[in-house]
Amino acid sequence: MITMGIDLGAKNVKVVILKDNKIVAKSNVLAGFEVKENAQKAIDIALKQAGISKDDLDKVVSTGAGEKLAPFYDETKSIVGCDSLGAVYLHPAARSVIDVGAEEGRGMRCDNTGKIIDFEVNEKCAAGAGAFTEAMSRALEVSLEELGPLALKSTQDIPMNAQCTVFAESEVVTMVHNKVSKADMSKAIHDAMASRISSMIRKIGFDKDVVLVGGVAKNIGFVTSLNKDLGLEVVVPKDPEYVGALGAALAAAGWKGGA
Amino acid sequence: MVEQQRTELWRWTESRWMNPDLDWRGKLITSGIDVGSVSSQAVILTDGELYAYSNMRTGVDSPDSAMKAINWAMENTGLTLKDLAYTVGTGYGRVNVPFSQRAITEIACHARGGNFMYGPTVRTILDMGGQDCKAIHCDEKGKVTNFLMNDKCAAGTGRGMEVFADLLGVSINDVGDLSLQVDKEPPPVSSTCVVYAKTEATGLLREGWPKNKVLAAYCSAMAHRIMTLLERIGVEEDFAITGGIAKNKGVVTRLEKEVGIPIMKTKYDTQIAGAIGAALFAKALLEKTKK
Repeated sequence: MITMGIDLGAKNVKVVILKDNKIVAKSNVLAGFEVKENAQKAIDIALKQAGISKDDLDKVVSTGAGEKLAPFYDETKSIVGCDSLGAVYLHPAARSVIDVGAEEGRGMRCDNTGKIIDFEVNEKCAAGAGAFTEAMSRALEVSLEELGPLALKSTQDIPMNAQCTVFAESEVVTMVHNKVSKADMSKAIHDAMASRISSMIRKIGFDKDVVLVGGVAKNIGFVTSLNKDLGLEVVVPKDPEYVGALGAALAAAGWKGGA
Repeated sequence: MVEQQRTELWRWTESRWMNPDLDWRGKLITSGIDVGSVSSQAVILTDGELYAYSNMRTGVDSPDSAMKAINWAMENTGLTLKDLAYTVGTGYGRVNVPFSQRAITEIACHARGGNFMYGPTVRTILDMGGQDCKAIHCDEKGKVTNFLMNDKCAAGTGRGMEVFADLLGVSINDVGDLSLQVDKEPPPVSSTCVVYAKTEATGLLREGWPKNKVLAAYCSAMAHRIMTLLERIGVEEDFAITGGIAKNKGVVTRLEKEVGIPIMKTKYDTQIAGAIGAALFAKALLEKTKK
């Protein structure tokens, strides 16, 4: 059975193709403003990678903020459902899942089949989302890739007062003037963001096996701050940004937990 | 140089005023300094009458901003710091006013200053500042009876408006007027967060919306956002607005419609309310110590 999952996020379109529940192709294209065209592009890349055509697909599930904008699909499934399904597939012990994307932060609790028990979403405010680190990397004039590793070189804790991304930018400017090192500022930024996410997670509670997915999971600075805040080590799967699309493809295949 | 011009758009006009008919000599001189997150004001009173003020952008250093503001207010008046009998600092940088004797919260100062500017009938003062928004209830003497504020989020603040002016390439002074030049009111921008609203506005521009229509959508979203704050505390008449956004007709007109109560007018610069209040407190404190 060949299935495809499409995750139309706020910033990127991710596609995963499964053949008998094994990943055979994945692609990631910037959504931009031509979401439909770029989704088609992502699908074409994945199909080519898998060496199949559209007609070979048995079922397609679309998810994410722009799920209805996929060029074609059989069903849609909520992103929280897809996230937890994908997380349980990659890490069967996962009972708590955190997804930090470009414009949304989500926390979920699920059972061993990846079924949602409870969840919490922030989609109103950039403070706990990837958009925050993007804005801060601009303010610090450090590339997004460098921002996380930079935080690890910090030698002191500087508290960040602002929660709002817009105010935080001004605060960073003040820090620059006060000659705070970029490493310390970077840590302050990631601490602030981790604190937003962990307070969201605490609302629903969490278990010891926490899986962190979404693009921001690739940011080592954020992961380090979050681990410290939660008092545990979150599991970050390889390619965390594809977990939503993977979950969608699993849902299309009717996958319900490995064991 | 192009970049330089672009980033200047959010800059509102700094201002200074002095009363040419008053002579400060032989009078009781008190001053109030409001060092806000975005703007700083200095007000000088002679025997409780408004003598001079300045209104400028806050720099990165609070003490320096306070000095600059008072120096500008005193320019060409012959006044020096020594002549100020008592100075009260207020606003977010209030503890960093080097020449002040006391610091008083901006909530108290805005109520007191609002009472001076709008008269004793004012009961609700909405202060729309650079990085926060406060709804204040006060009595006939300008004493605070209740208040509510948002200082967590840029939505509904002057900073949010600056970000938009910058994005659309419109001078912040023109935002209000432009936003009213629409035949039909567009639906408000749906995102609360300024970061997301920016993305949404970029999408609207791409769809072919003219700038004034996007500004209308944003001003109406901001009015709506502030309305939710006002609804929580209630609006008692008379109702006045202080702070920089009070100068933005696009927001004020739409807010007036939502509240359904006329918004009071003033001949004073709406941004100096906090500093006036501080200067009035300075006068009261000085008179108390003299007794």
